[in-house]
Amino acid sequence: MSTVTVTLKKQPELYFEADLITPDQFAGKSAEEIGAVEISEGKIKYPLSTVATIGGAPGVTAAETMIVLNGDWSRVKRIGQQMTAGEIVINSNTDMYTGGWMKGGKITVNGDVDSFTGIAMAGGELMVNGKAENHVGCAYRGDWRGMTGGVLRVTGSAGNDIGTFMRGGTIIIEGDVFIHVLTHGEGGTIIIKGNVEGRVGGQAVKGAVYVFGTIKYMMPGYKYVDNVEAEIDGEKAVFAHYIGDLGERHPTSKNQIVFANLYLKK
Amino acid sequence: MTEYIIKNGCVVDPTQGINSQKMDICIKDGKFVDKVSGAAKVIDASGKLVMAAGVDIHSHVAGPKVDMGRLFRPEDKLFRSPMRGKNTRMEMGFSVPSTTKTGYDYARLGFSFVMEAAMPPLEAAHVHEEIRDTPIIDEGAMPVLANNWFLLEYFKNGEIENAGAYASWILNATRGFALKCVNPGGTEAWGWGLNCITIHDKVPYFDITPAEIVAGLMETNEYLRLPHSVHVHANNLGNPGNYTTTLDTLKLAEGFAPNNDFGREQVMHHTHIQFHCYGGESFKSDSFESKSKEVMDYVNSRKKLTVDIGQVTLDETTTMTADGPFEYHLTHMNHLKWSNVDVELETAAGIVPFVYDPATFIAGAQWAIGLEIALFAKDKDRCFVTTDHPNAGPFWRYPRIYKWLLSAKARNDVIENQLKYGGKVIDRTYIGELADKEITLYELAQMTRSGVAKALGLKDMYGSLKTGLAANVAVYDIDPANLPSDPEQYEKAFGSCFAFFKDGILAVEDHEIVNYSMPKKTVWVNSIVPENKQVKRDIRDKFLHSYTIALDNYAVFDEHVHNPYAIKVDITS
Repeated sequence: MSTVTVTLKKQPELYFEADLITPDQFAGKSAEEIGAVEISEGKIKYPLSTVATIGGAPGVTAAETMIVLNGDWSRVKRIGQQMTAGEIVINSNTDMYTGGWMKGGKITVNGDVDSFTGIAMAGGELMVNGKAENHVGCAYRGDWRGMTGGVLRVTGSAGNDIGTFMRGGTIIIEGDVFIHVLTHGEGGTIIIKGNVEGRVGGQAVKGAVYVFGTIKYMMPGYKYVDNVEAEIDGEKAVFAHYIGDLGERHPTSKNQIVFANLYLKK
Repeated sequence: MTEYIIKNGCVVDPTQGINSQKMDICIKDGKFVDKVSGAAKVIDASGKLVMAAGVDIHSHVAGPKVDMGRLFRPEDKLFRSPMRGKNTRMEMGFSVPSTTKTGYDYARLGFSFVMEAAMPPLEAAHVHEEIRDTPIIDEGAMPVLANNWFLLEYFKNGEIENAGAYASWILNATRGFALKCVNPGGTEAWGWGLNCITIHDKVPYFDITPAEIVAGLMETNEYLRLPHSVHVHANNLGNPGNYTTTLDTLKLAEGFAPNNDFGREQVMHHTHIQFHCYGGESFKSDSFESKSKEVMDYVNSRKKLTVDIGQVTLDETTTMTADGPFEYHLTHMNHLKWSNVDVELETAAGIVPFVYDPATFIAGAQWAIGLEIALFAKDKDRCFVTTDHPNAGPFWRYPRIYKWLLSAKARNDVIENQLKYGGKVIDRTYIGELADKEITLYELAQMTRSGVAKALGLKDMYGSLKTGLAANVAVYDIDPANLPSDPEQYEKAFGSCFAFFKDGILAVEDHEIVNYSMPKKTVWVNSIVPENKQVKRDIRDKFLHSYTIALDNYAVFDEHVHNPYAIKVDITS
């Protein structure tokens, strides 16, 4: 794998949008061509080379390309948007929409991320070594098709609206979460190692949530059914198993009524 | 003065019986003329097709319903909002485009006039404000009247003169164009949580049937001598087995004769009839079937009927209709978000996103039924191409529909390669027996231009290249003398016209929009009837007791209506 290193040297007055910083865009390009890739600030577009120093060289394909982002990227949105392969390592905090709509490859953020991280993610791996804000792995506003695949892990805490309209894939939050987890869920798995304030699985039809800590306010639409023992993310534990949301529609699959499942560690 | 000559194009104009003749089209001061001076700007159309600009009889492009669709579908714009271009403003949206995109896209298709299909009278100001904001195209709007308390009462009592006086008042108050009928009685019944499925189901409280409402509207329409006929979206839309309701509705036209000075020959236009041609008892492939032949056999035998197809384009789209109960039904089928509104004494509306997924049997069957209707139609001057935009698909897919109609190869390609259940679709519809059928460019011009303009009562304004008419004309990259072997060329050429003149002003040149600031018209009908004190009193009374707004605030103000063009119809003289 060949590596391109991009070091941000100029900070935006507003925010940068770096939806073109992806292995897909960089692959097979010369240093000059990568320097010409556009980064936007509002409606103004700058060649990347005017705001960052670029070193190294990309691979021939996206899968063979790794991008390392150094410097302060905390006011840059949309890094890795829609990437399909390759790898991005960000040694900084980032702003919103990091790894949004990503389909494959891997993003590692060594820092904190803002909201909408991994929005409508369809595949690949998104690793945040830090904390996240709201709307982690959620659907785009108005869309009923949220995250459909991939693994999104946040080692710190997260805000609210985690996995809204989720249909597939896995979200792991190792810290605490505020409210709204798997709201309108239609599939997928969310694992929360810390505590949740409440509203877990509201209007969810399908999908699973594992909570290792506590849920301060349980949704009234969930019913306890049994205890189950399971190994989740390398940890073996006994969980109280709830089904819901009983206020939602209940489709059947193979003659079984489908529910969203909530597992709360005993 | 501005002069143009479109030179050496191959002209198709059914209003003059011109079928692929090489000739020049001259434009001077916004009108077609016989000849121009040597100073005229030349548009070289050699090897290209020249047609009058298109006319759309039914499209939801302006008003509260459309706007709500834009508001509650932000995802419709995601990654589909190109920045402003050299001559264009930013464009947004896929199934519910922004006003600017609506105007531009119709211009790219070479359309000059679009009829907004459903204007709730109470919200007319909003409709006109959006019409003003939609560039290039001329528009009109049809007030929705088949669930209107005034009319339900007048029809119940057989008071056609009162109904006429009220309808005339509404046309003037809303700057409306024609009498639109959506799920007659059913939308009012929806206020009680009910619906009218057949034309004989009674409307609660009003004790009237859809049959009486449709007949009443037709009688009123001909009494008022309006340019367009009653524009009907019948009961029972979208349900398996509904073709009997459709035939019952169409048969209501038998008792009426057209009465107008606009050359219109029909007394009923049945819109998006694809949604009304279903047999069977469920949407499953062992029950659902096409009844397009049965319906079109009847339509073909009656000169007094026109239809538009409402073609499913196999896209993700947004359904929006004044048929409130239908949208409720739909949201329970696809479990997607739903918006519903009741418009006081007048109508209602609902919106639900919908995906016509080619991987499902039913979307394939609906797709087939729309095309069957177009292909079965004997008189192409009475059957028009629409998508009931955006209900069956976005209007800018028209070129794809033209492709499916002009090329059997393109159609069969969809059945074989795009539909997952193509074989089952052939079994349950008539599309298989139409496998070789193709329409001609002349017929396409009838279905998108001359026929439409005539049915709207606007044949002296649109859909023709006759000398003296406003110069609305489109040039396409198709050579009728050497038709493309690759059907994709049809879609490409009709989707991005080579040149387009709107009122003699060049709007599209070499496939690019070069001007969108030309004056556009809002066409409406100024209906004049004998003074009717009873109706005046009824209106005052209803506004005092039932409406949430005062009568003085109801009618559209002049400043709401952009560049109004009134068609005066006076029945007092």
